[in-house]
Amino acid sequence: MSTPSTILPADLGVVPSSAEDNYLTHDKGFLSWIFTLDHKRIGVMYLFSVLAAFALGGFFALAVRTELFFHHGPSIMTHDQYNQAMTLHGAVMVFLVIIPGIPAALGNIIMPLQLGAKDVAFPRLNLMSYHLWILGALFFISSLVISAADTGWTFYVPYSTTTPTAVIPAAFGAFILGFSSIFTGLNFIVTIHKLRPPGMTWFRLPLFIWALYSTAVIQVLATPVIGITLLLLIVERAVGLGIFDPALGGDPVLFQHFFWFYSHPAVYIMIVPAFGVVSELIAAFSRKPIFGYKFIAMSSVAIALLGFLVWGHHMFTSGQSVLAGTIFSAITFLIAIPTAIKIFNWVATMYKGRIHLDTPMLYALAFLWVFTIGGLTGVFLSTMSVDVHLHDTYFVVAHFHYVMMGGAITAFLGGLHYWWPKFSGRMYNEGLARIGAILVFVGLNVTFFPQFVLGTRGMPRRYYNYLPEFEGLHQLSTIGAFTLGLGFVLTAVYLYKSWTSGKKAPANPWGATTLEWQCSSPPPYYNFADTPEVNRGPYDGYELLTFDKETQGYVPVK
Amino acid sequence: MSHSDSEQAAHGHGGHDSAGHDGGHGHDGENVYPYTPHHFSASKQHFDSGKLGVWLFLVTEILFFAGLFCAYTIYRAQNPEVFYWAHFFLDTKLGAANTVVLILSSFTAAWAVRNAQIGQVGLLKMNIVLTICGAFFFMGVKTVEYTHKFHDGLLPAGKFAPTHNVWETETFQHKHPEAAKAAERISAGLQARKNKKTALNDTVVGGSQKLGLVPVSHEEHGKVAVVLPPEDPKTAALADDVWLAEKIRLLTPKQRHPLEMSGIIRKASAGPPKFDRPEKAGIFFSIYFFMTGLHGFHVVVGIGIWIWMLTIAARRRFGPEYYGPIEFSALYWHLVDLIWIYLFPMLYLIH
Repeated sequence: MSTPSTILPADLGVVPSSAEDNYLTHDKGFLSWIFTLDHKRIGVMYLFSVLAAFALGGFFALAVRTELFFHHGPSIMTHDQYNQAMTLHGAVMVFLVIIPGIPAALGNIIMPLQLGAKDVAFPRLNLMSYHLWILGALFFISSLVISAADTGWTFYVPYSTTTPTAVIPAAFGAFILGFSSIFTGLNFIVTIHKLRPPGMTWFRLPLFIWALYSTAVIQVLATPVIGITLLLLIVERAVGLGIFDPALGGDPVLFQHFFWFYSHPAVYIMIVPAFGVVSELIAAFSRKPIFGYKFIAMSSVAIALLGFLVWGHHMFTSGQSVLAGTIFSAITFLIAIPTAIKIFNWVATMYKGRIHLDTPMLYALAFLWVFTIGGLTGVFLSTMSVDVHLHDTYFVVAHFHYVMMGGAITAFLGGLHYWWPKFSGRMYNEGLARIGAILVFVGLNVTFFPQFVLGTRGMPRRYYNYLPEFEGLHQLSTIGAFTLGLGFVLTAVYLYKSWTSGKKAPANPWGATTLEWQCSSPPPYYNFADTPEVNRGPYDGYELLTFDKETQGYVPVK
Repeated sequence: MSHSDSEQAAHGHGGHDSAGHDGGHGHDGENVYPYTPHHFSASKQHFDSGKLGVWLFLVTEILFFAGLFCAYTIYRAQNPEVFYWAHFFLDTKLGAANTVVLILSSFTAAWAVRNAQIGQVGLLKMNIVLTICGAFFFMGVKTVEYTHKFHDGLLPAGKFAPTHNVWETETFQHKHPEAAKAAERISAGLQARKNKKTALNDTVVGGSQKLGLVPVSHEEHGKVAVVLPPEDPKTAALADDVWLAEKIRLLTPKQRHPLEMSGIIRKASAGPPKFDRPEKAGIFFSIYFFMTGLHGFHVVVGIGIWIWMLTIAARRRFGPEYYGPIEFSALYWHLVDLIWIYLFPMLYLIH
């Protein structure tokens, strides 16, 4: 697709900044960060917090995988401690890392820049979202310190209402994190509706923003339901409310319905932003507009909406009627369609493009492979007759780790490397980054592919000890987990080096065409002195940029 | 700017919305209000953003309560007699008073928006104060209701221990007087049989010699005084469950029907005779306390928000070029009112 001739090279140039400093150096001191209203600073704080939580969740993961190296225990922990470790791993990863992950850490920094806006609609609400994240994290840590919850991250009753561990702090932490999520979603919806620059119609929005918008809709509609569910759980535990207790007239399956009504849309909160990142990466590193832009945009919305109708596919074995199960199963199949459309469109984008295999692109390519496996196995699980056998086995564990680790985290890392020069003002060591990407890719496949096999052979999930015939595959999985961990540690090391002493980054190191590349790296604190006027689609103009050896970045052709 | 203002004042339509004019914000590209944050390029953009933001927030509130409405629906569908039985313990008069007051406070809130739009600072402050008063009245009545419930042992399911029977409540006696009397007699009869006294004696507990019923008020702790008519020895000699079945069989439809609907007695075909409150009756009060408690929490938050608005109004910040916060607070308040309008019939007016 050729660029419309009405676009001039100058339209892709960097908007001059009158500031001497940038948003990182504009203000100094701890207070200027913790009480900032600058979306970029809030995003950077989120980024470091989410990465720290990722390390914590990863620590629990490695603890679990180490314990599972031998089929009989204890190896490094008791069975009760194992339950706590796997619960904390799940809860920290889901609530502190993946749900906030891309929207809060990358979206906060980049989305207003992509809109040519000065900030999000409600900067103070944005700051409050971050403070609530910290508060929620503190409650999780308090649960850890008192007596970590051992219920599994799903908090099913009646165990969660009767176990002596500190369920209430953990549940309350998740409740607070829910509000953090809701406020971020609310902020993003209003920003995208009201703060677009002149000329940027809905179908000229970058696909990352379409993805963030769809995610925000889910956040606003679904999260209140987990809020009320957790509140009911807390009150049930505290005063014996009885709403989930059959002896008092309640129903424990009602908890499952309430819980999954949120938690299914929640997995789309996790993955839809990842889709947005992948769209950006594939377009930029194929130097070609996205194939089927409108289909990808609309498919994000379709996934967001359909995602509300399928929660029962987590409950096929809960005693719900076969009719209900059939309907949930059928609608879940439908979600595969918009998802697959994206995959096909991304591949079509690459066809006849000029592919650059920089690290972000490696992550995007890894995503295509790994997410396809994860997504397809989701379809297997949504087949009710199959799920009856695979429910609560390692097959499920493998499925969701493929989509969450191989999907969301891979895309998160890709976006992190893509936008790193923009928000840090530094380049990272490309050689080490490629090694890191390969270690992550190999590590996650070695960790989780054996788990598909384990699941189909009957290995149940959340088990502390298991039959000896499963030991080989478990050991392979543990080796993969440590490889994965090594990849992450390597990534952390070279990114830290880059932040402190990396080469200065040009405004547009990758030659991308979206608006965030038209301000300096790092941006000035006010982003753009004047709201730019937009006269083109988000992926138009690759031919008008050329690589300049002096700045090691892309500039408009003369 | 002043030209467009007087135009809008002359149009003077009564709604909150800015349809038909831009709400006095000047032209689209202007910052007419000095306190508009800098990331907005125009005051209208600021106002529109706030409005969209508040509506989205209200949507989240609706979904927050939706789970509870869902639980209510499911439990009431599965246990209709529990809900019918339990609602008699609620004071409909107090609930109705709360409903009227909350609706009135919504009116004063709406009026306050209009006051802000046309710069009537005095009336604005008055209406905010009236809204706050309505909210305090509501919470006062709630406190009275809750205190009575705790007093009478009507607590959430885990701690449910009622001190009175449903036929002793004013609401039940008013609606089903014959059934109430019949229930009194059967209950007293069962009590007498339990005390192993013969039916020939008067069973007087608490000192009153009067025939008939003494309605239990919340101040009295004493039991109802009932004098039973003498019974013939053959009936008195029956076994307990046969005696009960016979008494139930002798009930007129007007006496029997309400007792069946409340789950106190069951149909002969449904099993052995029983005379007791319905099983798991406490679940009603679990739902009652959680829903009204959560609603009450939102009323208290609303009081805080209105006090905050009052402080800004006192600083004379509101006027035709800036009234967003009042409108958004009123929108929140209307939602709080709307939720109560659903709760009142759902909990107090069950048929």
